[in-house]
Amino acid sequence: MFDAEPSFHGPSPCPLVVTGLCLRSGDSLLLDDIDLTLSTNARTCIMGFNGAGKSLLLRCLHGLIAPTSGRIDWQGCSTTGTQAMVFQTPVLLRRSAAKNVAFGTHLRGAKAADLVADLLDQVGLSHRAATPAHVLSGGERQRLALARALACQPKVLFLDEATANLDPLSIRLFEDTMNAVHRSGTKIIFVSHDPNQARRMADEIVFLHKGRIADVSDTAGFFSNPASSAARAYLAGDLVP
Amino acid sequence: MNDGILSQAFALILAMDPALLEIVGLSLYVSLSAVTVACIIGLPLAALLATTPFRGRTLVVLILNALMGLPPVVVGLIVYMNLSRSGPFGFLGLLYTPTAMIIAQVILITPIVAAVARQILEDLNDEYSELFASMRLGRGAAVRAVLWDARFSLITAALAGFGRSIAEVGAVMIVGGNIDHLTRVMTTAIALETSKGDLALALALGVILLLIALGLNAGISAFRLTERRAAYV
Repeated sequence: MFDAEPSFHGPSPCPLVVTGLCLRSGDSLLLDDIDLTLSTNARTCIMGFNGAGKSLLLRCLHGLIAPTSGRIDWQGCSTTGTQAMVFQTPVLLRRSAAKNVAFGTHLRGAKAADLVADLLDQVGLSHRAATPAHVLSGGERQRLALARALACQPKVLFLDEATANLDPLSIRLFEDTMNAVHRSGTKIIFVSHDPNQARRMADEIVFLHKGRIADVSDTAGFFSNPASSAARAYLAGDLVP
Repeated sequence: MNDGILSQAFALILAMDPALLEIVGLSLYVSLSAVTVACIIGLPLAALLATTPFRGRTLVVLILNALMGLPPVVVGLIVYMNLSRSGPFGFLGLLYTPTAMIIAQVILITPIVAAVARQILEDLNDEYSELFASMRLGRGAAVRAVLWDARFSLITAALAGFGRSIAEVGAVMIVGGNIDHLTRVMTTAIALETSKGDLALALALGVILLLIALGLNAGISAFRLTERRAAYV
């Protein structure tokens, strides 16, 4: 089902360059001087302990939160309207599965219907097209949220612990779709606590610790030789240093 | 309770007594008209308050919620003063007409419709807001989506307004005058017939009012069920 390359995605965005990004809430510095360059097509996994600022960084990159200072630069390439995000807890409209996906696309008529059918097929929900979204299982709801995110044909797809509450089968279906989307040229940036998923799905790891970047490296390098003591402790399952 | 009065009351209902039907018909006309106007005013106001942040919004919501408890006789008095010959709108000649009763009821139930609808829409908007922001959805499209998905709940808000309207007596008595064949509705007729000692007619109207209240609650329950089933499709 996931072997076919989707043909609806646009060209990849330019590299993402983040410079001096800070996010403050009152006296708390939640993200501290983040400098980061992410390559165009790599699948990037943001990891870190709870409260490290992973989701906040993801939301800043997606534009849901305005940073207190710093720059997020797509190197001259506009990604406005071509980014999508899947949240840890899927927010589904009070409509059928098909209408939820249709809500994500700007297309109309037959083209929209074809796209919706295609996407539902990709996430394994064709048989649930007419089912009210709220009666779907947790895994189905999350895959539906993914299908809706893909309906806007994103150049960049953000996933915030999107598989955290899923069973192994749903995770596999979800990851298969992620891979298919990535192969078609969509940049994927995701947050995960699961080292195994990071190994499977990521090309590069950004490790955050207490709002700062502790480690940025390719996946193999990160897992074989983490640069920071925080990352080593994280991978070893130790308490926060 | 006197069994004779009760049987007379049911006899009036079963016989479809013309006087009874006229009163019930006028009651429904006034209340349905008031609910329609209240929805036309209240639902857009609710959508604005639920989805648009602006300076003073909290105060407006506070006032709106407070207006839900407007005393009907006070509303009746204010409408009366405005529509009486010496009032600013006396030239319209609306006092002691069904239109005056509708105006009074609109003032009474618009806050109810708007406040209930605002809460419904705000809850849904809160649920959807991060998704809409993520999708870069414009405000107009977001409001339309929220209104569409909340449509069954909004009918519940309208029904709540209708319930208040059909059972209201103080304001319509003051501005309608309870004139036979012109402004006599169920509630004012019950008050009058009771004072005259015609308990059969009063009881018959009371039974119909109770049936309408029962039907209303059944309607609200049915819509809630429908919302759970159909609104998600």
